[in-house]
Amino acid sequence: MITKVKTVHSPDLSARHYQSLFEAMVPAGFPSPAADYQEDKLDLNKHLIRHPAATFFVRVVGDSMIGAGIHCGDLLVVDRSLEPRNKNIVIAVVDGEMTVKRIRIHKKKITLEAENENYCAREISEETQFEVWGVVTSVIHKL
Amino acid sequence: MKQIFALVDCNNFYASCERVFNPKLEGRPVVVLSNNDGCVVARSNEAKALGIGMGVPAFEVADIIRKNGVEVFSSNYALYADMSSRVMQTLSDFTPDIEIYSIDEAFLNLAGFGCSLTDYGRKIRQTVRKWTGMPVTVGIAGTKTLTKIANRIAKRSVKADGVLDLTESSYLSKALAQTPVEKVWTVGIKTALKLKRAGIKTALALRDTDIGWIKQKFGVVGARTVYELRGDCCYRLEQNPPLRKSIIVSRMFARPIESVEGLKEAVASYATRAGEKLRQEHLAAGVMTVFVTTSRFIENRYYNLHTLKFDVATNNTIELIQGARASIDRLHRTGCAFKKCGIILGGLVVENRIQRNLFDNVDREKSGRLMRTIDALNAGSDCPVRWAAEGINQPWKLKFQRRSRRYTTCWDELLEVA
Repeated sequence: MITKVKTVHSPDLSARHYQSLFEAMVPAGFPSPAADYQEDKLDLNKHLIRHPAATFFVRVVGDSMIGAGIHCGDLLVVDRSLEPRNKNIVIAVVDGEMTVKRIRIHKKKITLEAENENYCAREISEETQFEVWGVVTSVIHKL
Repeated sequence: MKQIFALVDCNNFYASCERVFNPKLEGRPVVVLSNNDGCVVARSNEAKALGIGMGVPAFEVADIIRKNGVEVFSSNYALYADMSSRVMQTLSDFTPDIEIYSIDEAFLNLAGFGCSLTDYGRKIRQTVRKWTGMPVTVGIAGTKTLTKIANRIAKRSVKADGVLDLTESSYLSKALAQTPVEKVWTVGIKTALKLKRAGIKTALALRDTDIGWIKQKFGVVGARTVYELRGDCCYRLEQNPPLRKSIIVSRMFARPIESVEGLKEAVASYATRAGEKLRQEHLAAGVMTVFVTTSRFIENRYYNLHTLKFDVATNNTIELIQGARASIDRLHRTGCAFKKCGIILGGLVVENRIQRNLFDNVDREKSGRLMRTIDALNAGSDCPVRWAAEGINQPWKLKFQRRSRRYTTCWDELLEVA
């Protein structure tokens, strides 16, 4: 016999089971006409995270990406499973340092651009140790 | 149908977890220490190359660490557990049949997959690396025992580049010949010694040994190992994980404890944790063993334990704490500097099959409600409801002085990027 793993624990942080009171609380009388139309509650995790195993949350420090609406203290949703495309905002590792920037891929040339005029763009040369750590898919900004 | 398994093993798992969130560690020697920074429990390849052994006390390698700028971390179990679950989740996209063998290893069933197994293994390796940052090695073969051997060689061989398929390989005998017998799965130290005395030094020699002799000397388990080396599958993917036999909570103290009260606080705290674990798994314990020990590196080491049996199996923290404190009264010895204590819960039964006792005078309904309420309050809470017996300051509590952040399980400790 071969066993199938039924559940592998996922890093789903906020998932809750919502027990609906609808069906449970109709001991007598006319049943709710809405009961048949009940749908699942909206789950932000599902909305924001496509690949739970590959998705990490990262906290922003500094204002280099302020033009893209990314502020100091914001939360980034980062998906490592995605291939970085031109103009994506990515978490990159440059010579061992991690940074959040917009990536420009033109032919074989890669440039990391800030979204703040106080910062210069950085072209990635052959000698630079460079890796895209993950692609930023959402920013969560508290008001 | 012919069986095909893959063993996917994370390379230097704890050290690699640290590297995912700290890319500067790439190419540098990294070690991870056990609780209270006692012993080396994980090493990067660079640290292995420096001659830092597995399990050695940290103070014994302090010189090597200092001279070579080795990066040292306390264990960050919250991070490692989360990274493990990410790796396993990624693997489960590659086959419906997976056995999570340990925190950093899984067996996959690849029988009936029509494609090139080496290519598939490579895809597994690349995907896990990309999605989770974890480097893994994949060994593929017709039996679990052979996947272990494939995996071991794939780790060492530059040519294999982390993936080795031994299913149809003319290389199989050579692979077995270069595998020392003590490295064969299920062969323990004692068995290996006996085999070597009989002149059986490699996996190849073991494979070609007379099965009758093996059965006579090493019983059915030994015979199975030989069959597996011959490619006859004896071990399928493990069915539902067997019911736990025990729950252990034990920690070293940050600094030695001499007083009875100090020990009681610590043991109450461990009893609380043990109770949570029991209830999470819907189990109850029939017996509890409490043990205490002084440092093992001093003269006159004192080690002792006390076991008590519960009249009715329980997962009630109040009963666990009472029992644990009573045990400490018996175990404490004046003048001893205790370095560690712990609790082992045994006689585990499923919660709703507890054998009741006619003379039981505990209101189990009510205490069960109390436990459920406390568990609910404490779920995901940063400041849990605590038992007074656990103490307030907990000066004995373990320090994780060099623990990295809990990057994936704690909002306040996320990775920060500028």
